[in-house]
Amino acid sequence: MEIYLYIALFSPLVGSLFAGLFGASPRTKIAGIVPSLLLFTSFLSSTVLLVYILGGGEKVHVEMMTWMAAGDLYIPFGFVVDQVSVTMMMVVTLVSTIVHIYSIGYMDHDKGFNRFFSYLSAFVFSMMILVMSDNFAGLFIGWEGVGLCSWLLIGFWYHKESATWAANEAFIMNRIADLGMLIGIFLVYWSTGTLQYEQAFAAMSGLDKEVLTWIGIFLFIGAMGKSAQFPLHTWLADAMEGPTPVSALIHAATMVTAGVYLVVRANPLYDLIPHVGLFIASLGAFVALFAASMALVNRDMKRIIAYSTLSQLGYMFVAAGLGAYWVALFHLMAHAFFKALLFLGAGNVMHAMHNELDPFKMGGLRKVMKGTFIMMTLASVALAGIYPFAGFFSKDLILEVAFVEQHYIIYSVLLFTAGLTAFYSFRLVALIFHGEERYKIFGIHPHEAYKFMLVAMSPLLLLAIIAGSFKMTYFEMVTAMLPATEYHLHSVVTYWIMTIGTQLFVILAIAFAYKKYANNKVKVPDGTSKIENNLCYKVLSNQYYIPYIYEEYLVKPYRELSSVFWKEVDMKVVDATVDGIAGIIYSSGEKTRVMQSGNLSTMLKWMVTGVIILLSLAVVFGLTARYSGEIKAILSGLGV
Amino acid sequence: MMEIGLNHYLVLSTILFAIGLIGVMRRKNLLLLFFATEILLNSVNIAFAAISHYYGDLTGQLFVFFVIAIAASEVAVGLGLLIVWHKRHGNIDLDHMSTMRG
Amino acid sequence: MFEAIAFYLFAFLTTLMFFITVTTSQALHALTALAAGMIFISAFFFILGADFLGAIQIVVYSGAVMALYAFGMMFFDTTREVKEKNGNKYIVFGLSIISAVLVVVIFAAPIVTNNIKALYPMVKGAGNTQELGMVLFTKYLVPFEVAAVMLLVAMIAGIVLAGKKMDLSLTLMSDAEIIDAKKEKTKKVLQ
Repeated sequence: MEIYLYIALFSPLVGSLFAGLFGASPRTKIAGIVPSLLLFTSFLSSTVLLVYILGGGEKVHVEMMTWMAAGDLYIPFGFVVDQVSVTMMMVVTLVSTIVHIYSIGYMDHDKGFNRFFSYLSAFVFSMMILVMSDNFAGLFIGWEGVGLCSWLLIGFWYHKESATWAANEAFIMNRIADLGMLIGIFLVYWSTGTLQYEQAFAAMSGLDKEVLTWIGIFLFIGAMGKSAQFPLHTWLADAMEGPTPVSALIHAATMVTAGVYLVVRANPLYDLIPHVGLFIASLGAFVALFAASMALVNRDMKRIIAYSTLSQLGYMFVAAGLGAYWVALFHLMAHAFFKALLFLGAGNVMHAMHNELDPFKMGGLRKVMKGTFIMMTLASVALAGIYPFAGFFSKDLILEVAFVEQHYIIYSVLLFTAGLTAFYSFRLVALIFHGEERYKIFGIHPHEAYKFMLVAMSPLLLLAIIAGSFKMTYFEMVTAMLPATEYHLHSVVTYWIMTIGTQLFVILAIAFAYKKYANNKVKVPDGTSKIENNLCYKVLSNQYYIPYIYEEYLVKPYRELSSVFWKEVDMKVVDATVDGIAGIIYSSGEKTRVMQSGNLSTMLKWMVTGVIILLSLAVVFGLTARYSGEIKAILSGLGV
Repeated sequence: MMEIGLNHYLVLSTILFAIGLIGVMRRKNLLLLFFATEILLNSVNIAFAAISHYYGDLTGQLFVFFVIAIAASEVAVGLGLLIVWHKRHGNIDLDHMSTMRG
Repeated sequence: MFEAIAFYLFAFLTTLMFFITVTTSQALHALTALAAGMIFISAFFFILGADFLGAIQIVVYSGAVMALYAFGMMFFDTTREVKEKNGNKYIVFGLSIISAVLVVVIFAAPIVTNNIKALYPMVKGAGNTQELGMVLFTKYLVPFEVAAVMLLVAMIAGIVLAGKKMDLSLTLMSDAEIIDAKKEKTKKVLQ
């Protein structure tokens, strides 16, 4: 089984290096096809591993080589395939394979085609390291690796000012969080003496509550950055500057779920500190509502989907925080499928509309883009959580968890958010595909994407529909590792009331969205209508003014402080010292070069001078050595 | 005073060494500079021989032997270079040799 | 008594000769004084019982080295006065004397501490030359051979340097001149 592990792990790396070879050469199809094939191999290996684990096999644990061994510190390059990591591997490899194939079509006309695939495969490799590592150090490498690749990919169109800005923002935000993560890892090592998951978690049960709380908090700060939780959430929406396949892969399906994965992986830790878990759940619920509300009014197609991702991540954290780790992981998986589908569909629409992102300028696209229309509608249905799509099983489960655990506030927030989710998803669908053909005003002639792109997307569609039926199989597999709590309501009546009530609420929200946006009266907003001047609308469309606050109260003071340090400290102290040393050496050289007159006679005089100095030193040291006892006596007499 | 000891030889050697150094520093003619270096070598030779004699150790004399060998080869090579220089420039004045100027 | 008289006499003579060597403005005088000084030094070797070294001193210095210098001087106009323009005479004398004193101090140091042990003590009943030979061909055989090779190298170097036509110096020529010289050389080879 080890061989499959290595194939699954390293074929993305090979693909990345292969595409990287063509980095400087013009666009070649092969640079896209080979990485896709290699990734498909990786997917197949992951499937073999999944089947093996499902068949009740022992978890595969390999230690490739020693990475660091110094004193008591021992960190190997160790990889583990167990029930949790194999789930993540499946999600990552499946979605990335599809995104790779899709990208061959999507990036067809881009100059950076080869470079793109190199980055994309490198990203998958980092993600695989992240999920497969058996220790915190390996996790951190993958963690930083995906951070780096996401920076490269968000800023892929580096000639665009906004793209480079967004890339830097994402990177810096993640750095802030990674500091917390790093402190958490140090604390783990400090208190348990090891970074291997198994030993560390085993040692944690005997630790002080306070230490555990700090570890939990710091690790969660890391997770907050990568999963874009409040207040580090702003980068995710701005990251939509990257190519759409990147958004689908990184900012929907894989990278942002790394935070959830970390919390799930660290479940023995969070089980010991339920109060931190409750905080995580509350923050998750808040983010779910917060992000959904921003998605209500946004006029950028990709940002709307990004906010919905943010909202769904909130759901996952609620589940993880309440101890329902398997539910969080299940929602992660289901969400990855339909969210990637939604993004890829959005990519098709963008292509068709020549990079137009405002859904108000589209409308009536269902006639020209039938395939995309069906896929996006079904993905939105899944996202809204209608029976029997994937979202129903995973999202309603989270609601049930909140209810069973008797956190009614969280439950009602999540229920309300579910309605909002349905509304904004279908607002988007209605605006894009229904109603009047507003794009004609702008003189755009939309066309459907390549056939093979749609074919590539179809597995995701299939999974978005049927993923829910794996629930029991999945439950049996994962609970070998995670706490096997089943969430059942005590009375059957309450269960049915809740389920049907939720479904009705969601369907009503959808109907409302259709009624409001799927008619011919929708106009391109021009800032004059009544609703647009509403205070609420303004707050929401400006993202609660949070980017503005960050800019005004964090970025600007920091810039001022930096410029003070630059002018006062750096220029006047540091630079002056360095320049001074250089100046002294330079001027002494300038003065002593007179000695090098080239005249042998002068040089001989200098030579004799040097000999005298050396001889006097010899005499002095000889005398000191000879009379060291007496000298010491004199010095001590002087009181030195 | 009348008993000649090692110190007498060492003082003599030092005087000769000083004379040699004076020559090295004040001579501008390359050939005469070589003479001065010969004086330096010989002054050291005297010291070696004297120490060898007064301590009953042959090492000093062997060193003198090797110093003489070195002096001989130095003269051979030095004179060769001197001739080359003279052929090219027509003089052997130290003040004209300043191609190593820094 | 006799030894003391001899020492002081030769010490005076050597010092005088060497002083003349470094101060005279006549190259010929300097050469003659140096040769005389060398011979007087050999006297010290004889006094110290190093007969072999005394002989070598006369043969090598007064014979070979002085002859070489004499040949060397045939290149130059020896009757002409040697111009010596010096900056500060005190610097020259001062530096020399200080260094000489320091050398004495260093040489004297082990005598003060009396910590010298004879490594190769003289053998009783053997002549100086025999003694020297015994040490030279056992302990110092390798340095002796190296010295021989060095002398050979020096001889060849002397012959080559003095005999070869070396009127070209690449370091003193400009780039264009070097290229011209190369072309000329290749032309000669082609012809």
